Formats: sequence, C-alpha cells, structure tokens
Amino acid sequence: MTQAAVSADHPVFERIKSEIDEQDVVLFMKGTPVFPQCGFSAAVVQILSQMDVKFKGVNVLDDTDVREGIKHYSNWPTIPQLYVRGEFVGGCDIIREMFENGELQQFLVDKGIQQAS
Amino acid sequence: MTVADTIREKLTRAFSPAVLEIIDESHLHAGHVGARTEGESHFRVHMTSAAFDGVSRIERQRQVHKVLADELAGPIHALALKIDSA
Repeated sequence: MTQAAVSADHPVFERIKSEIDEQDVVLFMKGTPVFPQCGFSAAVVQILSQMDVKFKGVNVLDDTDVREGIKHYSNWPTIPQLYVRGEFVGGCDIIREMFENGELQQFLVDKGIQQAS
Repeated sequence: MTVADTIREKLTRAFSPAVLEIIDESHLHAGHVGARTEGESHFRVHMTSAAFDGVSRIERQRQVHKVLADELAGPIHALALKIDSA
C-alpha cells in the first residue's frame, strides 16, 4: 500500500506523524504525565521521569481519532506507546524490561537523547 | 470456555510454548474503566517458546496480539506480556 493510500484511509495518520516528528521522545498515553489515568501509562511516565528524560505526552483520551489511529499507525493494539526520534520502541512491558536490564538507557544514549553516564 | 482457557488454547496452538503462565489480574482492577463486572478483563501472560528465537521484542508481542486479536477487540482490556525464547 502506498503512503498516500494509507493516509487516505486514516486521515489522522498525518496528525500522529507530526506529533512524533515534533519532539524526540513522545509518549502516547492515557491521561497526562502529571495525571496518568491508567497504571500502564503511569509506569512508563515514572520510568522516563526517573531517567530524567524530557518527553511529550499525548493524551489519547482527548481524541478518539488519535486513540484508534495510533493503534493502526504502530500496528500495536494497546496504549501506552513510546516513540523515540520517530521510531516505535514499544509499550509498557517492553519499556519496563528495557529499563530493568539497562537497554533503555543505552538506547537513549545511542539515539543522542541522553549522555552516557 | 473462559477467556483464560481461550488464551491458553490459542497460544498453545500458535507457539507450542515450553512455559505458559496465564494470570488473571482482573480483581486488581475491579470497578475501574475497562474492567468487566464478570471479570476476566486484565491478564498477565508469561510464555517461553523456541518459536521466538531470533524474533525482536516488538515482533514477539505483535505475533501474540495477532493470535489474540478477537479477544483484544472483545473481553480483554489489558494484556501484559513477558515473552522469552527457549
């Protein structure tokens, strides 16, 4: 399928793409970083905050199109979803696992988001 | 058949896992959005299978999501996955 066809099927894809392009680290989540409304979203917010990573939270509860669209855009059926420099990194399980074994820190260093400690 | 039984049957058929643990955590979420009054809405699955050798984390989860697409679109509100290769 061409990109144009995909965009025509899902007009919201362009809005999602601009969100992802706008900032290095973007978290699609339920609620806001200050007031997450789901335990899985809260867990990822906590990890990013603990690592002192600057990120933008996109509250999918504010926008049904984004809430459904992001699932198709990422080919991922659940929220939260973390994007780093336009790349889909994973949902809560993957982020937590990467954080616990140190891979997330290395990944962010490799992407130039964080300094090596 | 319960939702847990369906998950077990579908994952067993698709991945022949060496380890398959399905934990119903719905009681931890009773009363909040997405929790069904009849329960069986929030699950945690630990699975180990040789089918995941050389498969990335994201792809492993995508394969599981695909096998359980009907359940994810229906009764399952949350599915935490820990998937290892054998």
